[in-house]
Amino acid sequence: MRKVKVILLLVGVLVLASCKKEIIDKVAEFAGFQKPSNFPVPAYHFDTNPVTKEGFELGKKLFYEPRLSRNNTISCGSCHIQASAFTHHGHDVSHGIDDRLGKRNAPPIMNLAWHTSFNHDGGVFDLDMQPIVPITTFEEMDETLENVLQKLKAHPEYPKLFAKAFGSETITSARVLKALSQFMVLCISAQSRYDSVMRNEASFTAEEMQGYELFKQKCASCHREPLFSDLSFRNNGIGVSFNGDAGRYEITLNESDKYKFKVPSLRNLKYSAPYMHDGRFYTLDAVLDKYSTGMQYVQNIDPALDKGNGSYGIAISSEERVYLKAFLNTLNDEHFVKNKLLSE
Amino acid sequence: MRKFLIAAIAGPMFFASCKKEGKEPEFNQDDLAPLSIEFDNIVGGTNLYLNSTTYTNAAGEDYSISLLQYYVSNIKVYKADGTEYVVPQDSSYFLIKEGDVASGSALVHVPEGDYSRLVFTLGVDSLRSTMDVDRRTGVLDPASGMDEGMYWGWNSGYIFFKMEGLSAAAPVDGSGQHKFRYHIGGFGGYSAPTINNIKEISIDLSQAGVAKVRKERKSNIHLMVDIAKVMNGPTTLSIAANPTVMFSEFSATIAANYATMFSHDHTEN
Repeated sequence: MRKVKVILLLVGVLVLASCKKEIIDKVAEFAGFQKPSNFPVPAYHFDTNPVTKEGFELGKKLFYEPRLSRNNTISCGSCHIQASAFTHHGHDVSHGIDDRLGKRNAPPIMNLAWHTSFNHDGGVFDLDMQPIVPITTFEEMDETLENVLQKLKAHPEYPKLFAKAFGSETITSARVLKALSQFMVLCISAQSRYDSVMRNEASFTAEEMQGYELFKQKCASCHREPLFSDLSFRNNGIGVSFNGDAGRYEITLNESDKYKFKVPSLRNLKYSAPYMHDGRFYTLDAVLDKYSTGMQYVQNIDPALDKGNGSYGIAISSEERVYLKAFLNTLNDEHFVKNKLLSE
Repeated sequence: MRKFLIAAIAGPMFFASCKKEGKEPEFNQDDLAPLSIEFDNIVGGTNLYLNSTTYTNAAGEDYSISLLQYYVSNIKVYKADGTEYVVPQDSSYFLIKEGDVASGSALVHVPEGDYSRLVFTLGVDSLRSTMDVDRRTGVLDPASGMDEGMYWGWNSGYIFFKMEGLSAAAPVDGSGQHKFRYHIGGFGGYSAPTINNIKEISIDLSQAGVAKVRKERKSNIHLMVDIAKVMNGPTTLSIAANPTVMFSEFSATIAANYATMFSHDHTEN
């Protein structure tokens, strides 16, 4: 009798132990880029930059590396904070090196593998070329790529990390940029409640469902699922910024692009206030107020906002607002903002 | 007297031998010889000196030049019969920098032969401007020469032509200087069309000397690049009216002006 008990106990411990080991192995296994089943085919050119564990790890280290800035004080992560869905929480415009202020709100590093242009004006069309902007911009990191390469070459660890990721210790701008891309394309937010519903793993509450229907009627033409942006450039009628920022026009010099900005995603609004390209709205209610009652004509205002009676905006009743907010809340992805894989 | 005689005889002999050497070999694309193209920057009838010399433009404004550099790419040569040779693209990008002797000319390799026309792009073609970062090496590496940056990060693309200098006609800028800045780029836009300042320059070499490219020597096409044309081209430019021109419609006017600044002076064969 006793023997049996002892054996059972032993077997039990063994089973538990083996279970634990399996879990650990699973965590340690690097999955690379995995397309969420409810997402479309990504736009990023993985053929010229396949994601590897070593490349991703190097990219992550570079993302949090203050040596990318002139005086080694600011990293990408300084203004793209994971806990704020990789934005600069609480800052309308970001402060970079020497507390210099930029002119636009820091956009999220989120689902960029599906994007075909970057920044609020879409001036960059290849994710690999994007980090050059903050690195060299006077108000951000105010550094040269040339200096960054020199600093990394002189560093005790980086040459070895580049060798692990790319096969040799040579550090080039292409390798730095591709490593950063490998990190950025893995910043995927696809584990919100909305995603679970879309993957038939959960279902909306009645309120959320009402909100979803309203969203589809009133918002989805610009904030297209599942990225919650159609990635186009539009003027959403909030009026010209104090600094006269002409947005997309600065890239195309096309008069019809004046004051247009890239449609932002609605994912993770809980973590990413303030909103709009210049961070002028600190609360979601302020945004909804603007859409429902505060809109006026601006050059190139989006036709979708034309109510046809000389006024502009989107009619949202106070009841509808409750539902909409309930739905928008399902787009918050706690896993994304806490995912250890992406943490410093 | 005797020396004179020798010189008189040797002279024609020398010329004759030159002529003989000048007999054109067969065109063979797999057998290349060096050809250099020298970009000799001048202002009107005088050599260009950075910082130290003051020039006057057609608008009557005095100016000096502190920085001048431009991309030359996609070099092609033509024989009198129309035979074309296109230098392979990966070896056909050059950044000409005033004040840096090593960056004053473009060295390429072409088949042996006599070339009477040279064609190149002033700027960087749109295809290369959108290529994978792995293909942007050498002078196209965004990390090369960034202190005088020839790459726009915020509006992905290369600056084709960059000229800066001082002029009393320019208003005081943030740095307290009367500085003018012309940074001209724009490859036509990636997803939406916009200004295209890529200029193809075609130069006839038949008048001032065809390039006789031979393996045992280096033929050098010596071009004069009259920087005064940037301001005194088809459009007369005023520094006072346009002290800073970067990515704007007016950049097309400057590009049209500088497209006229190249002339063939002579060829050293």
